[in-house]
Amino acid sequence: MPEVTVTVDGVAYEEEVEPRLLLVHLLRDRLGRTGTPIGCDTGNCGSCTVLLDGRSAKSCSVLAVQADGSDVVTVEGLASGGDLHPMQRAFHEEHALQCGYCTPGMIMAAIDLLRDDPDPSEEAVRRGLEGNLCRCTGYCTIVRAVRRGARAMSGGRDAGPGGEAGGEAAGGPAGGEAAGEPAGEGVAAP
Amino acid sequence: MTEQLDAGLVARRIAGSDQVGEPRDPAEGREVGRARRRREDARLITGRTRWTDNIQLPGMLHVAFLRSPMAHARLTRVDVSAALAMPGVVAAFSGRDFAGEQGSLPCAWPVSEDVVIPDHPPMAVDRVRYVGEAVACVVATDRYRAADALEAIEADYEPLEAVLDMTEALSDGAPAVHEAGNQAFTWRFSGGDADAAFHDAPVVLDRTYVQQRLIPTAMEPRAVVAVPEGEGFTLYSATQIPHILRVMLALTTGIPEHLLRVVAPDVGGGFGSKLQVTAEEVLGLLLARRLGRPVKWTESRSEGNLTAHHGRDQIQRISVAAERDGRIRGVRVDLLADMGAYLMLVTPGVPLLGAFMYSGVYKMDAYDFTCTGVFTTKVPTDAYRGAGRPEATFAIERAVDELAAELGLDPVEVRRRNWISREEFPYTTVAGLTYDSGDYEAATERALALFGYDELRAEQADRRERRDPVQLGIGVSTYTEMCGLAPSRVLGSLSYGAGGWEHAAVRLLPTGKVEVVTGTSPHGQGHETSWSQITADALGVPFEDVSVLHGDTAVSPRGMDTYGSRSLVVGGVAVLAACEKVKEKAKRLAAHLLEAADDDVEFADGTFRVRGTDQGRTIQELALAAFAAHDLPDGFEPRLDADATFDPENFSFPHGTHLCAVEADTETGRVAIRSYVAVDDVGRVVNPLIVEGQVRGGIAQGIGQALFEEAVHDTGGNLLTTTMADYLIPSAADLPDFVTDRTETPATSNPLGVKGVGEAGTIAATPAVVNAVVDALRPHGVRDVPMPCTPERVWRALARSRANDGGTR
Ligand code: FES
Ligand code: FES
Repeated sequence: MPEVTVTVDGVAYEEEVEPRLLLVHLLRDRLGRTGTPIGCDTGNCGSCTVLLDGRSAKSCSVLAVQADGSDVVTVEGLASGGDLHPMQRAFHEEHALQCGYCTPGMIMAAIDLLRDDPDPSEEAVRRGLEGNLCRCTGYCTIVRAVRRGARAMSGGRDAGPGGEAGGEAAGGPAGGEAAGEPAGEGVAAP
Repeated sequence: MTEQLDAGLVARRIAGSDQVGEPRDPAEGREVGRARRRREDARLITGRTRWTDNIQLPGMLHVAFLRSPMAHARLTRVDVSAALAMPGVVAAFSGRDFAGEQGSLPCAWPVSEDVVIPDHPPMAVDRVRYVGEAVACVVATDRYRAADALEAIEADYEPLEAVLDMTEALSDGAPAVHEAGNQAFTWRFSGGDADAAFHDAPVVLDRTYVQQRLIPTAMEPRAVVAVPEGEGFTLYSATQIPHILRVMLALTTGIPEHLLRVVAPDVGGGFGSKLQVTAEEVLGLLLARRLGRPVKWTESRSEGNLTAHHGRDQIQRISVAAERDGRIRGVRVDLLADMGAYLMLVTPGVPLLGAFMYSGVYKMDAYDFTCTGVFTTKVPTDAYRGAGRPEATFAIERAVDELAAELGLDPVEVRRRNWISREEFPYTTVAGLTYDSGDYEAATERALALFGYDELRAEQADRRERRDPVQLGIGVSTYTEMCGLAPSRVLGSLSYGAGGWEHAAVRLLPTGKVEVVTGTSPHGQGHETSWSQITADALGVPFEDVSVLHGDTAVSPRGMDTYGSRSLVVGGVAVLAACEKVKEKAKRLAAHLLEAADDDVEFADGTFRVRGTDQGRTIQELALAAFAAHDLPDGFEPRLDADATFDPENFSFPHGTHLCAVEADTETGRVAIRSYVAVDDVGRVVNPLIVEGQVRGGIAQGIGQALFEEAVHDTGGNLLTTTMADYLIPSAADLPDFVTDRTETPATSNPLGVKGVGEAGTIAATPAVVNAVVDALRPHGVRDVPMPCTPERVWRALARSRANDGGTR
């Protein structure tokens, strides 16, 4: 059986795999990285999206052997220490998830989307996430979260991975809070 | 590279980030009504989830099912012996191997005297009735080997004729799906004198609408892990109904209920599709019992589309009798409902949940409803978001728009002339339901203003005038629904097999923290957050000091689970009731310790005080005093906890007005939603963020039915839409942003004043969108477009009406 070497969320693994083993099954069944779920068997839903050498990939559509020598980042590898990635934080703040099954894939796809377009319009986010399906939210809050995450990542108030230094003060970000609700629920470190 | 995640820290930071903002307001109601961000999110955004498929256990085996390729056939032979020789295979079985113990999958809703509930073996024994029905299974050391071995199983079939069309199924000489024939049941209901209402009516409208078959498509596929444990079994399942499932599995398999624990870990959406007792759950248990090892089954999406129950699939004939001024005299409905091949948990009850809602928000003298359940050789139907009520709402809201067009009136005006006005609540409808509260005027006024109704109508007139090839259509839906399932007595009168109460327990721990146990089983609804908000207010404790336990029959032994927009209305109210009982106990203890009469002690902001003094004890101090038990009133048990159940006296009736504007290209048939406004009245709101999320997600699913989704079969009964490439649920690119707002008339049937919101968006949206599509095409003579209104369907509707002489302008 072929041997593959992959780094997943910062840890290097060497695994013997069947040539047909999907990357997502390597992650989930062999390496115990179950944060990346599977929603379909045709590459349509995007639930399984990870970053493969920095670009988003549907891990159900990649063989483990194809990932040999690669660096894989899953949703489990985004936060560092106690600090959420700004995109994770934005999903929470905008209520961009309900059941949360699509969320890991959405977050990974969104991070990749911003590499090409760091300040995407609503239109661009909708087009960019076309390959990631959500059955719960109706997408409105996902779109807002991606744009909020984009602002945070491009050095907005909630800057950088880490983002622990204060976050958004009360008074709130534009377009963030639910209509008619007090804008006082900003994010702050404890 | 990234460091490993400290989950506890993340959870604390998330919690920390959501409690700041406003200083705690000691006044009552500081939590309920607040747009609090969800505590559930911490694990979901970091991938520290507990999906059923994540579970790995020592010695665990994987199950795969061989499924019928025939819609209808005699199963003459199944031979699994070659599969047993395949690498990694531990066992393989046919249905015959389990014939003695597998029982029949349950139907808990025998709706009528004449209902036929056919035997439904989890694995077929000698007959198959839909493509995808399980005929054999393999148990192997991993999922790839289990799937490989399926190919070595030999199964022989003698094909029988497929039965796909409901009308044909009921005709003489149709091939019989079951020995007793193809009619599952008939159910009639009437209020008032329909004959009188229709006799000499100035306007009578007859319409037929088809509710296409839908696939619910929760993003998490179904998964089951069955584990022999001690004397009994633990079953993990991606289910909405761990409590009901436990009872039903005990009854079906004969495994004693007390030796069966059912766990619903994190569940990735349901929408009714996980309100079921499935063949795979039953067989998972039986395999674990036979092999003495844990077994896992996870469906692929294609397998799920083929075999998990579908939704809707009804043909609705609706007649409306009206005066020339648009006032409705009466409504008649004749429904055919496709049951599919068997009756599953609530299959025949789904159309009944709509039976009482065809009068919608309108007053009328008479209503007559007939429903016939029909067997076909397709996967069974059952609950899908709204279950019965979207169908009813669609038919009446479409018909009212048609009535307006027929009379040349504005569709909003026709609604005004018919709806129950705000002064008339509580109002008992022609269908016998008492709507306790509502304000259709307020919701409609607000929606019209947000939508810019008059401006859009003006633009529409202009574009009609100009014969713009892209026409503007405006769709109206003033819906109401009955939810919060349900008063147990009413369910009993409808022959449902169980009650509709909900249970909660609230426990003060010695350190003053609070555990809430709920019988609801959330799978995306945010109960952990909302129930904490209710508890924090009721007990005067910090939100962060509350934890909510659910979804495990060993932890939460009683419950009726989550569906039918019932969780808050029944389960949330049960939490409040349990808090009140705890407070009663705490008050007694406080009075004892403060040497005061019970009646002299009052409670505010977490503290019991002797009236008119500053003498008091906090609820946390009392929790510790109860635990220590050093000085308790006589007969007082050393704990501050309580159980409560709530059984509502009535359904709740959310309502609202949804308005949709579409641009329809009359040359290509393409329809695009231009704007969508929803103003909903779901009573008092515990968490506006969660409520809006439910509304938006519901609207997306309603739009899905209107424009995109349909389960399609070929003439042999093979499902053609097995993948997400064929069965199209809306993507972000397919939908606009939705404008949402609320009006609020509290429900009077529960002390929280809440009405439920899980299904409202889906119920409202479908007719709003289709009304808009038809409205756009009406100048071309189009009076209906069958769902989903794809470009092809729109184009064909236009072509048909052009062929019929360019329409009737
Ligand atoms: S699981 Fe990979 S795209 Fe659906
Ligand atoms: S949050 Fe449930 S699928 Fe997106």
